[in-house]
Formats: sequence, structure tokens, C-alpha cells
Amino acid sequence: MTTLALMHDDNTANDPQRRAPLVIGPQTDETVTDSVCRVTEEVRTPRAWFVALVVSAALTAVFFGTIGYLITTGIGVLGNNRPVMWAFPIVNFVFWIGIGHAGTLISAILFLFRQQWRTAINRSAEAMTIFAVICALIFPGIHMGRIWVAYWMAPYPNQMALWPNFRSPLMWDVFAVNTYFLVSAMFWYLGMIPDLATLRDRATSRLRHSIYGLLALGWNGSARQWQVYERAYLLLAALATPLVVSVHSVVSTDFAVAQLPGWHTTIFPPYFVAGAIFSGFAMVVTLMVPARAYFGLKHLVTLRHLDNVNKIMLATSCIVAYSYAIELFIAWYSGHSHERFVHLNRAFGPYAWTYWLMVACNVLLPQLFWLKRCRTTPWIMFLIALAVNVGMWLERFVIIVVSLSRDYLPANWAMYYPTLIDVLMLLGSFGLFFTLFLLFCRYLPMVAIWEVKHVLPREEVNHGRTRA
Amino acid sequence: MDAHAHEHPNSSPPVAGLLAQFASPEALRAAAAAVRAAGWTRWDVHSPFPIHGIDRAMGLRPSPLPWLVLGAAVVGVVLALAMQLWMNGIDYPLIISGKPLLSLPTSVPIMFELGVLLAAIAAFVGAIALGGLPLYGHPVFFSSRFSRASTDGFFIFLAADDQRFEPISAQALLRSAGAVSVETLQVDEASGRVPGGLYWILATAVVLALLPPVLVTWYRTGPKSNPRIHLIQDMDFQEKYRPQSASPLFADGRATRPTVPETIPQGRLQADEHLYTGKVAEQWVTTFPMQPTAAMMERGRERYGIFCTTCHGLVGEGGVSGITSARAVKRREPNWVLPLSLHTQSVREQPVGQLFHTITHGVRTMPALGAQIPAEDRWAIVLYVRALQRSQNATLDDVPEPIRSQLRPVSP
Repeated sequence: MTTLALMHDDNTANDPQRRAPLVIGPQTDETVTDSVCRVTEEVRTPRAWFVALVVSAALTAVFFGTIGYLITTGIGVLGNNRPVMWAFPIVNFVFWIGIGHAGTLISAILFLFRQQWRTAINRSAEAMTIFAVICALIFPGIHMGRIWVAYWMAPYPNQMALWPNFRSPLMWDVFAVNTYFLVSAMFWYLGMIPDLATLRDRATSRLRHSIYGLLALGWNGSARQWQVYERAYLLLAALATPLVVSVHSVVSTDFAVAQLPGWHTTIFPPYFVAGAIFSGFAMVVTLMVPARAYFGLKHLVTLRHLDNVNKIMLATSCIVAYSYAIELFIAWYSGHSHERFVHLNRAFGPYAWTYWLMVACNVLLPQLFWLKRCRTTPWIMFLIALAVNVGMWLERFVIIVVSLSRDYLPANWAMYYPTLIDVLMLLGSFGLFFTLFLLFCRYLPMVAIWEVKHVLPREEVNHGRTRA
Repeated sequence: MDAHAHEHPNSSPPVAGLLAQFASPEALRAAAAAVRAAGWTRWDVHSPFPIHGIDRAMGLRPSPLPWLVLGAAVVGVVLALAMQLWMNGIDYPLIISGKPLLSLPTSVPIMFELGVLLAAIAAFVGAIALGGLPLYGHPVFFSSRFSRASTDGFFIFLAADDQRFEPISAQALLRSAGAVSVETLQVDEASGRVPGGLYWILATAVVLALLPPVLVTWYRTGPKSNPRIHLIQDMDFQEKYRPQSASPLFADGRATRPTVPETIPQGRLQADEHLYTGKVAEQWVTTFPMQPTAAMMERGRERYGIFCTTCHGLVGEGGVSGITSARAVKRREPNWVLPLSLHTQSVREQPVGQLFHTITHGVRTMPALGAQIPAEDRWAIVLYVRALQRSQNATLDDVPEPIRSQLRPVSP
């Protein structure tokens, strides 16, 4: 089996004569399997990984501690108060749901478009999606106040003889987000079955063999299994593709259907979807830049992958910038005094700093990605991605909190300030997210091994389909 | 493909099949075509990644999965539409923002979501079930070489239960097809079995999972002597003070607050002594505070029917003519005092003010009704009682002249 070797570690050049390879160095099926599985098979606990896990697990404990405090004490421990009844919890919810979208885009849309570079990052991006949606699902739950009646949202026959109101976007949200979570989780697990079988077959201890064996469901890579498997994978990709645009569109209707100035606009669904993909790719960079370096996966998750991700970030940043501009234009063009006021208030009101920080993080900084040097230098893209994470969180804050704090009635205006619990909950949700991601890195195959093998630069298999 | 080989009669331990390894995907594909050409049916190809064109080389029929997924999507969409229209439009009509009860546009998001969800579940479950998973005891796992199948090994497995299976010729077929190595696999009786404890755990889980729906169904069908269990009792046990309860908040320790002395709540001023007390200067009034009209009489008849008939009866004769009284007598209630007839001399002689006062504050065992009946209605009742009294104690003079001739003498 011959593979194409490269002279040095740069595959970011665009040579029209030949496609750039998706892996660096002379890689075979065995080296690919080995470099991915080694991460989970290392007997010694990696030191930096362990420190990171302890820190994020502590934050997770803070998260569930504050949730317990909230449930036992009441919703008053949060800063939410009239007129800002939706504050940090809903901002965090929209933020985390948005993060998930990059994973689904990578695993579903790029799969349908035959973008083979996705194979190195789709597994971890899907994991990111699931963990982000878990964080997201927690927030509206605890925000309800009476979390123990969350099941009232389900349409089940009850002795109150009541059904949910299906004309409410909040109800659509329940269905959209739960569907998103379930479909993402099934897609993720299905994609992982052959790799779990690989881990099973490499296992040296009985415990590892049993656990991975149980999870792999007895997969033996037979052609009959592969046939139905590939078909199912394609179908799930096709089913997940509309979810990329629908989930955040439904989330945006939570706002767009309300009549609050600053919320009641038709631009929200595409604007939210672009923002979601933008923030999600920023999180992919935030996670993958350290992970690929630390776990020795630089030859699989190459600079070319990151270059591509950064190009998508640049494109979605431009869409987001356009949305900001159109919002302002429509506010002026509508001639609606309250609509105009809301946007002036965002830019020059008491929360002006959040608006301008948002513009700086989401519009100005990502423009650096026009420079190839910035797209291919890990520390620069990492810093920009961190800024975009901040900016996209602020965007939701600007939309939700700033609009609510000054609505139609000046007598009703009030400033919103988060409490300590609000801040701890936000940090805690990051703790939960990183805890889950760190556990995933150490115990599950981080890269889709079978998919990477499928796109290895294999001269013999090159039937015009598996080109690198 | 399955471990049916233990039914094979000739060998001991029985042979499960032959496992042959090949060097590359191309060699595997060529070998698969050769095995297929030889007419084998119970065999399979194992590889670490899907090999392009292998299903054509093996002659596999396309999977029916897409049809399952399409069916599930259609079911999801129809189910979501039916659910929303029935729940919000028919079973409990809910009018929101003036939208029609059978509103299609607002149903679209959930139709879409449920369609995608059911289709995805069908694809997921279908992939596992049609792929024959879970499959923990396949014979290929007994080969130590086979662990390469998930890394970089390419294998063909010929099952012993194929009609053509004959160890020597099968070996030869695989060798001629280019196998690097051929291995005979024996059936391991023990390893294919799922531990018995797992079945018990699963069975217990299934039974426990069925309990809630069974309980719910049982409680929801037919009447029950006990009230239904309400999981969330926030409405039954509220954090609030009930009337007459104690509270540490106030100096007098009472949760119920008395009215502030020397004040009158808004709308409660009752300055008209005649209207509200039936007395003027400590004397019963003999006139109504308003001009009696036919409408007032009608109102009085209606209110009398509501508030008075249960004890005093429809014409006011008391005794057991009211249903409450009749029932109390029937049940031999020891403390029951028969309600007075309104037609006795003493009641008839009472001034209207005193009747009004009796309704307002009650008398003997009759309860006070002033809190339930507005003053105007009490006066209307008094007017009607006066009419009843007159009806039961009428003289010939009360009958209008033109119809006196129609009266019949009553036998004593």
C-alpha cells in the first residue's frame, strides 16, 4: 500500500495541479489507527489533561451547586427582574445551542457536499455539539423556576385535562432542541461504532475489551454491515442537514414572534443561523488547536483543516456583519420611532460597551482571517476564536437583555445586573462542557478512524471517489 | 453468517467456517467476486472501512433502509399534524392571537421536527437491526488474526453452514483467490452466550419501565374512590395564611387583619338606615325603602326560590315542605327544628323591617343571609313574602269583582 509522502508539514498551499493531502507524512491504516487509539490507551494519566479535568470538574460542581441553590431557594437568586425577565439563562441557552451548529454542519452538510477534509474533525465537532446542547438544555429548564414540573411541556394526557399550546414558539423550541439533541446523539454514536470496534480489538485489558465490546455492539466490519451502515450514515446526514438551519431559526422565533422592538424582525432566522455557525466554528478552533497539539494529532488535524475552518469563520463573520448593518438600516428605514430608539440605545445607551465589544469581536477581529498567516498560525486563530466566543455571547446579551431593559414604556425601564449566581452558572456551564469534552478526548476515539482511512491518499483505491 | 455451525454433524469440535486474510482492498474485491462466482451464499467480507464496489462484487441487494426512513418521516409529519390539530383545535379548543382553531402554519415547525426525529430514529435503529447488531458471538471473533479487521486487515469468512461447504475445496478456493492465510475456525459454545444475569436485569428494567404507564392507565380508566394522586402538590399546600390562623407578623398574633377602627372600606358606606337595617330611629319600618314594582316582585320570587325554598318551601308553609327540612326529618336528625310557616299570625303581623332584619341576621336556627344577598334583593324577597302571605290568607274581597263568579266553594 503506497502513500504519498510530503516533504514538509505544510499542506496549506493551493496547487491547482494536485490536491493537497489531508494527512501529513507517510500514513498507513495502521499509523492512523495507532495515533488515534493511543490517546485512549495511554496507561499513565496525562498530566495537563488531568489538571484541566480537575479544574473543569470543579467548575461543574459549582454549576450543579448553584442549580441546587436556585431550585431550593427560588428564581430570585438570579438577577432577572422586571422588565428583564429573560437574562443570563436565556442568553446562555442561545449561546450554547449556537455552538452546537458547527458540529452538525461539519458532520452533515460537509458530508453531503463531499468535503473530505471534514473526516479529521467531524467526530470531535459532533461531540462538541452534543455537549453544547446538554449545556443549552439545562438553562431553560432551571429558568422556569419550577424545574420539577418541566414535564408539563410534554403533550401527555393529564388530570388537568390540558394540552401544551402548540402555537407558541417556546413549544416549537422544546421539539426543535430535543430533536436536535437526539438526532445529533444518534448520528454521533452510529458514526463511532466501527471505531469502538477498533478500540475493542486493540484492548489489552479485559475491562476495556468488555466496555468497548459492549458499546461496539459486536461490529465485525462485514460488507453487509457496511452497506446498511453507509446508507444510514448518508440518510442521517441528510436528515441532520435541515436541522442546521432549522434549530436556530426556531430559537430565533422565540424572539421574532414577540412584539418587542429589537426582537420583532424577519431577519432573525438567517441572522441567528449564521451567528450560530460562526460561534460554533470558533469553538471548534478553541477546542482543536490545543487538542491536536496535546494529543499528537497534528498530522491528521492539519493546518489545512484549520485553514478551512477559519475561512468558514470569515465568511460567517461577514454574514453576521451584514446582519448587524441590515438591522440598523431597517430600524432607520422603517420610520418606527421605537425601533430606531432601540438600536440607538444599543449603540449609545447604558450598555453601549457590550455593543461595541460585540462589533469588535465579531466583525473587526475576524477580518484578520483575510491574511493567510492568521489562518494558519495556531496561536493567532486561537486568540481570535476566543474573542469570537466572547463576541457571540455578547451578541445574545445585546439582543435579549438590552432590548428588554428599555421597551415601549419609559416608566418600565430598568438596568439589568447579573448576580454572583448568574456569573457562576455561566462559568459552571463551561466547566460542564469542558469536563465532558476532556472525558471524550481520553476515552473515545477523537478522530473518525474509518473515515480518515477512507480518504487516505491511496493510489490503488483511487477510483475517482476517494481522492484526497 | 450466524453461528449455526454447531448443527454440523461431522466434526467435533464443530467447524464454524474458514477465515481467509487478503493483502489489500483490491485483492479482497477480486476474491469476493471469485467466491460469488463459485455460488456461495453464506459468507461475508470484513474490512476496516467500506470498500467501494464490494457490494456489487458480492452481489448484495440494495438495503431497504431508505424506504423505512421515508415511511417514518411521513408518519412523523402526519402524527405531528394530527396531534396539534386534535389537542389545540378539537379536544381542548385554544384560541391564541385570533388564529383559527385548525391552524396549519403554526403546526409546521413541529411537523418538520417530528418528521426528522422519527426518520432519524428509523435510520439509526434500522442501521443496527438490518446490520444484524448487536451480534456478540460471531465465530470470526475467535480468530486472533481477526482483530486486525478493524485496523488494516481484509478478510473473507466462509460459513460452515453453506450448502457448498467442504473444508478442502473451500481452502483451495480461497487460496486460488489470493488469500495470504486461511484459518479454520471452531465453534466455541460458551462464548456466544449472553450471561444469564443480563436477561434478568433487562427483564426487571422492562417491568419497572412499564409500571408508570400501567398505573396511569389504571387510574385514568373508570371512577376511583380515592382522589387521583397529584404529583405536584403546590396548589394543595400553598405558602399562605388561611382565615383564623396565627401569624407571628402582628402584635395580636392573628393572620386575619381586623378593619382599621373609624374607617369604612370604599363602597361599603351604609348610611341609609332604612335601606340597610330595616329600622328608623330604633323602630321597625313598615314601608319599603324603594317603590315596589312588578320587576322587583319578579326579582324577589327568583331570589326566594334560590335562598328560601329549601327550608320554607315554595309557598312558605315551612314544616317539611322544603327539601332540606324533608330530608332532615326523614333522617330523623335529632337537633332539627322545623322551619316556621311564613303564614302564621305572628309572622304576618311583623313589619317589613323586621322581616328584612330576620333575613339579614337570621333568627333562632335560621342562618344570617345578609352576607350572601344584597340589600336590594333582600327587600325584593320581603316583598315576595308579603305576596305569599296574602295569597295564603286571602278573603273574598281580595278577588277582583269580574272573576268572583268563577270561584268554587271548597268542601271543608
